[in-house]
Amino acid sequence: MKTDNSEDKKYLFDKPASMKILAWSFFLSLVFLLALEFFIHKHTNFPQEEWPEFYCVFAFVGFVALVLSAKYILRPLVKRREDYYD
Amino acid sequence: MTDVLPPAAIFIIGGLLVPLIRGKWKSAYMLLIPVAGFINLINIPEGTHWVVGFMEYDLIFGKVDRLSLLFGYIFHLISFIAILYAIHVKDDVQNVAGLVYAGSALGVVFAGDLFSFFVFWEMLTVASIFLIWARRTKAAQGAGYRYLLVHAAGGLCLLAGIVLYVNQTGSIEFGYIGLNGLATLLIFLGFGVNCAWPFLHPWLTDAYPEATITGTIFLSAFTTKCAVYALARAFPGTEALIWIGAIMTAFPIFYAVIENNLRRVLSYSLINQVGFMVCGIGIGTQMALNGAVSHAVNDILFKALLFMSMGAVMYRTGGKINCTALGGLYRTMPLTCICCIIGAASISAVPLFSGFVSKSMVMDAAATGHMQIIWFILLFASVGVLEHAGIKIPFFAFFGHDSGLRPKEAPLHMLIAMGIAAFFCIFNGSFPSYLYSLLPYPVEYVPYTVPHVVGQTQLIFFAAFAFILLTLSGMSPSELRAVNLDADWFYRKGGGLFYRAMDISMNGLTRVADRVIVGELTGSICRISQRWPEVLCLGVMIPLWSVAGIKGKDLEGKVERTRAALQTHTSPIGISAATATIFLVLIYLLM
Repeated sequence: MKTDNSEDKKYLFDKPASMKILAWSFFLSLVFLLALEFFIHKHTNFPQEEWPEFYCVFAFVGFVALVLSAKYILRPLVKRREDYYD
Repeated sequence: MTDVLPPAAIFIIGGLLVPLIRGKWKSAYMLLIPVAGFINLINIPEGTHWVVGFMEYDLIFGKVDRLSLLFGYIFHLISFIAILYAIHVKDDVQNVAGLVYAGSALGVVFAGDLFSFFVFWEMLTVASIFLIWARRTKAAQGAGYRYLLVHAAGGLCLLAGIVLYVNQTGSIEFGYIGLNGLATLLIFLGFGVNCAWPFLHPWLTDAYPEATITGTIFLSAFTTKCAVYALARAFPGTEALIWIGAIMTAFPIFYAVIENNLRRVLSYSLINQVGFMVCGIGIGTQMALNGAVSHAVNDILFKALLFMSMGAVMYRTGGKINCTALGGLYRTMPLTCICCIIGAASISAVPLFSGFVSKSMVMDAAATGHMQIIWFILLFASVGVLEHAGIKIPFFAFFGHDSGLRPKEAPLHMLIAMGIAAFFCIFNGSFPSYLYSLLPYPVEYVPYTVPHVVGQTQLIFFAAFAFILLTLSGMSPSELRAVNLDADWFYRKGGGLFYRAMDISMNGLTRVADRVIVGELTGSICRISQRWPEVLCLGVMIPLWSVAGIKGKDLEGKVERTRAALQTHTSPIGISAATATIFLVLIYLLM
């Protein structure tokens, strides 16, 4: 196994151009998905699903809540030194 | 039925013969076992086969129906993949253990009676433990012992339940049991240990990341899925399972966020995915059971694929698996990276990938049953899956910060094994009708509707958007080298406490016993046993001698001789007999 010894070889995501394309296509997809909501007929099981952009908002808020609660609530409670059980 | 064999027998006998075969034929032989097993399996008609009388009961080694067959197919496929992935392993302990483990899983799935079911169930534990110990590290040894103790406790719980159940019903047939009374509760809990229910789960997250690189692929496939099968067979529609499953989907995702070891992240993810299956079994409708079983099939494939990609990373980086040590490996391991992304897309239920067509069946069953809270928990858990398995695993291993590591691409056999799993992840997701046709009940569910595809895509993209914003703003939890306490704290720390409590109480008892019994009591008994015959004997004889007129020195002489005789145990037979008789008369009078 080689370790990093060169800056000469540039890989796909080392190139700013490809990162730019990736970022733009991602953000355009987000806009497209937000807009798509208004052109589809939803089959809902629960009233909340009928709220506009329900899945977008739920995913975003859920994700942030999950990560922050794991970071600020769970981790302080359960984190111990690596040799805790030794 | 003479031309087909019980599926378990092919793997177990075939596995035990592995050490006898040397050289390059060994690899071919091992790969041949699941192939031969599969050909054997597709020739077994549905029904009950291999019934063997045992005492007054019938042991059934082949209860073949649509439920057991589906698990049989996927266990054969994953065995082939796992054996191919591990074909470089020269350690026969692992080779034999892997095959016997797979055989035991098939034994469980096709068992038609509780006795043979239990024997295969215990063989699962015994065989799998060697896949953990074979890593030969101190951590693996410790985790293996804990794994063994937890499963032994679970096995005893199951055995107690089976004994009570058979005693009550008079039948050892393994079919629908249902939750009613102590016997069934013990069986239920016994299954729960292997299924990694909340609080019974830490054996999994403790042991799987410590197992060998190749062993974890076997481990991720069999133990929990056998428990899912057993629950689907014996406890479908048990309401408690709905909540147990929902909690299983939700709590591991918090741990997965802060976990550094990527194989441990996958272990938490395994519990999360099994939660969807358990929830589906609890809902118990035909659609829910179809969803649970098809998700088991898909999970075996994409979880193995993710574990294989992380295993390949470990293999090529000399055992590195922590987020803190990895990053940027897409540069030199692009094919492994692509396989990992396919696994991540499948577990995240991206449309056209396998998770999309099976997990949604369970969620739809919850929605159809108007279980609003459950449905929201499952939806939240789906977002959580995206965080830890969909994004964290590929991101921290293959992208993220450049660790500077430039390992070689995974070996060819590992790439082929990952490729097969990746193929089925996409095939099952893109052409679900083939998988659906194998499910236990007719499928009316249509996964690819516009609202479903759009909703799920929105969920995925906006979760990814949240990840990007959190990472760019530095609010994502930093990866730390640390231990996160889990329910195993109770027995890992509690074990030490128990040891100290036993040390103080039992060794204290020994010291007291030494002082009182050895030091004091024995000497006292010795003195008493010497003194009392003398007192008794002379107490009787002196008055008799006095009456007979013996006095003075004669009397003293007699007393001295009697005392000497008693001390040296040389008393004349007459005196001994007289003493014994007097003693017996006394006892008689006292009684």
